[in-house]
Amino acid sequence: MERPRRAGPRSCSPSPGAGMPPRRQGIPVRTSSLPLFSDAMPAPTQLFFPLIRNCELSRIYGTACYCHHKHLCCSPPYIAQNRLRYTPHPAYATFCRPRENWWQYTQGRRYASTPQKFYLTPPQVNSILKANEYSFKVPEFDGKNVSSILGFDSNQLPANAPIEDRRSAATCLQTRGMLLGVFDGHAGCACSQAVSERLFYYIAVSLLPHETLLEIENAVESGRALLPILQWHKHPNDYFSKEASKLYFNSLRTYWQELIDLNTGESADIDVKEALINAFKRLDNDISLEAQVGDPNSFLNYLVLRVAFSGATACVAHVDGVDLHVANTGDSRAMLGVQEEDGSWSAVTLSNDHNAQNERELERLKLEHPKNEAKSVVKQDRLLGLLMPFRAFGDVKFKWSIDLQKRVIESGPDQLNDNEYTKFIPPNYHTPPYLTAEPEVTYHRLRPQDKFLVLATDGLWETMHRQDVVRIVGEYLTGMHQQQPIAVGGYKVTLGQMHGLLTERRAKMSSVFEDQNAATHLIRHAVGNNEFGAVDHERLSKMLSLPEELARMYRDDITIIVVQFNSHVVGAYQNQEQ
Amino acid sequence: MPVFCQLCWSAIVDADGRIYIRNWQGGILSGGFEKNPKPIFTEGKNQLEIQNLREDWDHFEPLLSSLLRRMPVLETLEILKLVNCPETFTPDMKCIMGESPVVQGYFVLAGMNSAGLSLGGGAGKFLAEWMVYGYPTENVWELDLQRFGALQSSRTFLRHRVMEVMPLMYDLKVPRWDFQTGRQLRTSPLYDRLDAQGARWMEKHGFERPKYFVPPNKDLLALEQSKTFYKPDWFDIVESEVKCCKEAVCVIDMSSFTKFEITSTGDQALESLQYLFSNDLDVPVGHIVHTGMLNECGGYENDCSIARLNKRSFFMISPTDQQVHCWAWLNKYMPKDSNLLLEDVTWKYTALNLIGPRAVDVLSELSYAPMTPDHFPTLFCKEMSVGYANGIRVMSMTHTGEPGFMLYIPIEYALHVYNEVMSVGQKYGIRNAGYYALRSLRIEKFFAFWGQDLNTLTTPLECGGESRVKLEKGIDFIGRDALLQQKQNGVYKRLAMFILDDHDTDLDLWPWWGEPIYRNGKYAGKTTSSAYSYTLERHVCLGYVHNFSEDNGEEQVVTADFINRGEYEIDIAGHRFQAKAKLYPVTSFFTHKRRKDDVELSDFHGK
Repeated sequence: MERPRRAGPRSCSPSPGAGMPPRRQGIPVRTSSLPLFSDAMPAPTQLFFPLIRNCELSRIYGTACYCHHKHLCCSPPYIAQNRLRYTPHPAYATFCRPRENWWQYTQGRRYASTPQKFYLTPPQVNSILKANEYSFKVPEFDGKNVSSILGFDSNQLPANAPIEDRRSAATCLQTRGMLLGVFDGHAGCACSQAVSERLFYYIAVSLLPHETLLEIENAVESGRALLPILQWHKHPNDYFSKEASKLYFNSLRTYWQELIDLNTGESADIDVKEALINAFKRLDNDISLEAQVGDPNSFLNYLVLRVAFSGATACVAHVDGVDLHVANTGDSRAMLGVQEEDGSWSAVTLSNDHNAQNERELERLKLEHPKNEAKSVVKQDRLLGLLMPFRAFGDVKFKWSIDLQKRVIESGPDQLNDNEYTKFIPPNYHTPPYLTAEPEVTYHRLRPQDKFLVLATDGLWETMHRQDVVRIVGEYLTGMHQQQPIAVGGYKVTLGQMHGLLTERRAKMSSVFEDQNAATHLIRHAVGNNEFGAVDHERLSKMLSLPEELARMYRDDITIIVVQFNSHVVGAYQNQEQ
Repeated sequence: MPVFCQLCWSAIVDADGRIYIRNWQGGILSGGFEKNPKPIFTEGKNQLEIQNLREDWDHFEPLLSSLLRRMPVLETLEILKLVNCPETFTPDMKCIMGESPVVQGYFVLAGMNSAGLSLGGGAGKFLAEWMVYGYPTENVWELDLQRFGALQSSRTFLRHRVMEVMPLMYDLKVPRWDFQTGRQLRTSPLYDRLDAQGARWMEKHGFERPKYFVPPNKDLLALEQSKTFYKPDWFDIVESEVKCCKEAVCVIDMSSFTKFEITSTGDQALESLQYLFSNDLDVPVGHIVHTGMLNECGGYENDCSIARLNKRSFFMISPTDQQVHCWAWLNKYMPKDSNLLLEDVTWKYTALNLIGPRAVDVLSELSYAPMTPDHFPTLFCKEMSVGYANGIRVMSMTHTGEPGFMLYIPIEYALHVYNEVMSVGQKYGIRNAGYYALRSLRIEKFFAFWGQDLNTLTTPLECGGESRVKLEKGIDFIGRDALLQQKQNGVYKRLAMFILDDHDTDLDLWPWWGEPIYRNGKYAGKTTSSAYSYTLERHVCLGYVHNFSEDNGEEQVVTADFINRGEYEIDIAGHRFQAKAKLYPVTSFFTHKRRKDDVELSDFHGK
């Protein structure tokens, strides 16, 4: 048996946060002791039981009970990692769908199911892992532009129900280049959903030259057909909100109208870095404004409020030829896979995490607020003792003044008013805003040895070391081509020997080919790796068969995009300029 | 493997294992046709690379596995060499041979689909005859280069199609199988409309044609399960379409037909057509003539319908796959005269076939013109307005012997006319139908079709087409001499219609084509096409009856009497079924009766 993965120092925060509001409904406290837990093991528990060391069981049990008593930050081994520490259940009850208490759940199931061992078969495991996978190959013969991107693989594995991660990928149609991004939501999925739909439009508009903006505005004005701006590459499960589409469009239009007005007439080259920063800030501003203004449509009104009161981090890559920009807000990460001359793989980090492990971020926060807040701004590695990422979209609770928060909540719909989480003002809230969506932009000029880029939410990075991530993807991507062809030339080989060899090779190939998607392959490793770094089917099966209510304790939502570069094209760019 | 080598001088084929095994210089040569072929030379690569293909053992692995499964003892043999060499494949698994349609005198023999060794002798012989005499001594239309056009030569089409064709080499080939790749290349403007109404499609010369229409509540078998030599799953669907053609009215999109226009400033068009075609085309304007386009031997190069649009202009309709061949033939024989214009207008017109007794009602309602036989006799062509659209060529023929009309509609009006026809036709019970219904109707009426029943070696006299030949029209048209001689000497084969008697449609294997015909227990020929006649509730086959001499097997004259006196059997996969031979269609009695009933019934309902 092994312990569930606990990555990084973030998970070590078992101490109860003080000053939390009391729980409204009481749940009978269970005083039953350990044997009850283990002897009449209900099915779901048995599934994860082998994953937990005995010595930890009491801790889980203890904290779980504790959680019900006091309703504080729950800290079974993993749940402590919840991005937003303040995640009492009532908040979820209105923000997402109601969540049963996991302990209650297991108790309820206890009589219904007989204890039996149950493992998912490999095809079942595959169908779970592959449910959200998506691949896009940049068309071979685009004719006009030779793309430095071969294509990308993406996938996500939910732990929350519903999943709070989002992903986006699109080709810019009016400028060159491709946008790819992962978004990690917290306190619900409303904000990450909105950002995943809208951010790329803001970036694309920021990148557009003045003339194109004018053309688009004129087209809208005169009701003509619009120039398409983005070509989305979406998995069928990646949806866009139909209801808010008009509202979002109007906000975007206001943005480009301002860009048109601001144009000084100098047709200076558009700086990608600046465009990215402006787009991030503008979108966050619009999210905040929309929530303040509200909407006459009650559904939309509630939606914009949910978007603003939940939060999301974003890690976005813009690839145009050899120019790679990564804009990051929060603690998702962009990692470049570099193949050294000897064929080995090394990881180059292209983003900085915005959290308590980042000294510069700590420094920034302290500088942005008065000296007397120095101790309260970051407490227990969290912003105001609550929030793990130090930069994020939405989360107006960390941005608006107390007055504004109260005003909006009071005039808001009842669902919002009844929500304990939204009403709750963070402690030591003196000089807002405490949070920003401004991204840190990294520029990297692609070289032929840069083979791929991994964009992933922290769900991946806290289970796997970046070096392992790059090695696994690198070996996966090259493995398909690496097998040398066999030649008989000169040797005495019998048909039987050859047959044996070929069968072996095919078996090896098919294990690589089990995943047609690099992101799926990575998730398989992230969830199923044993201590030797190999995928252990039993472990994988157990992790994937955790009931919805428990999954979040053992892992976070994982979202991965693996972008593969075309070394030939990148090399050609280089030669051209030399 | 001494035993093997002694016993096996021919090849062993394991079709399930996709391999062949043969003796080779005292050793064994084994190869096969894999499921995952790798197309090359479709990306414009240098074909000289042919020599440099590396051995690809991983690609060969499935074939090696099945070889060792079939002959386990081979495991101990040593490998001499793995030869990896490309083979040529064509889009329909048949080789290409014959004269180029664009460069006269340029002959081609290529694309042997890996059967070059076995077909080489015959192919060489026919090509030699072709080059020396101008035609081969056997019908080779299925291999003729001219069955393809430029439209089948795109790299992507070839790349996709050969990947489908090659694995078929060792697959079971079932009747009425349609290729799945390289589809939806040429379509009618109504394609989407028909597709949305349940059309299932077949492809001819790149053109998508509806086979039948699956009603919304009916499910057909999956593609793989639908492979059968027995009663197919579309049987009931086609039955209801045929019934509708007989009793009400159906519309079939027949846009794929090849359509040419021949015009001239003076009489040149008429003159050259009179020389090229066997029937008399000097008919009053507005008349349609069925005629053969014959070769020197009197054989059909094409069988078509020609409408005289005006004194100097003709509209010619021929089978879909004639587009290249007929064009080449006309260009070869028509005088080079700038005042004589030949134009391919296939793409300009959408053709709708309105079949059925109520077609008259639909069309007269749409055109505000009387369409009864008094005003619009059969085989007549008029430009009329249908709905809002003007200039629709309406022809009183249906290619089936059933009453009805063909509408040749300029493509921009196609959707409008179709919509009008469907909405007006609603009260007459109109529905869509497909080519399978057409085929059943056509064959039960003994309508022979070029490419299946007629070919370059069959003459009008051999298939009951005497009425389509005017030997005395005063012009020495191509093939006239041969026909005169044949008329004098008698014919050596005769197309007949066979009605199967003791055949159980549900349980017995169906006739498809190519089944042997036995006359008085002796082999007498093969069927050329067949269909189930829903009117006769029997299978109908068309086929040629020969009269082979009992002594030396030589062909002798076949007379009507010879046909009528025989007792016939059709052999379907080893089982012989009784059949009645007919030289003329038999269904007119039934249909007439039905139509009479129908009229009375509808009078009762009122219009």
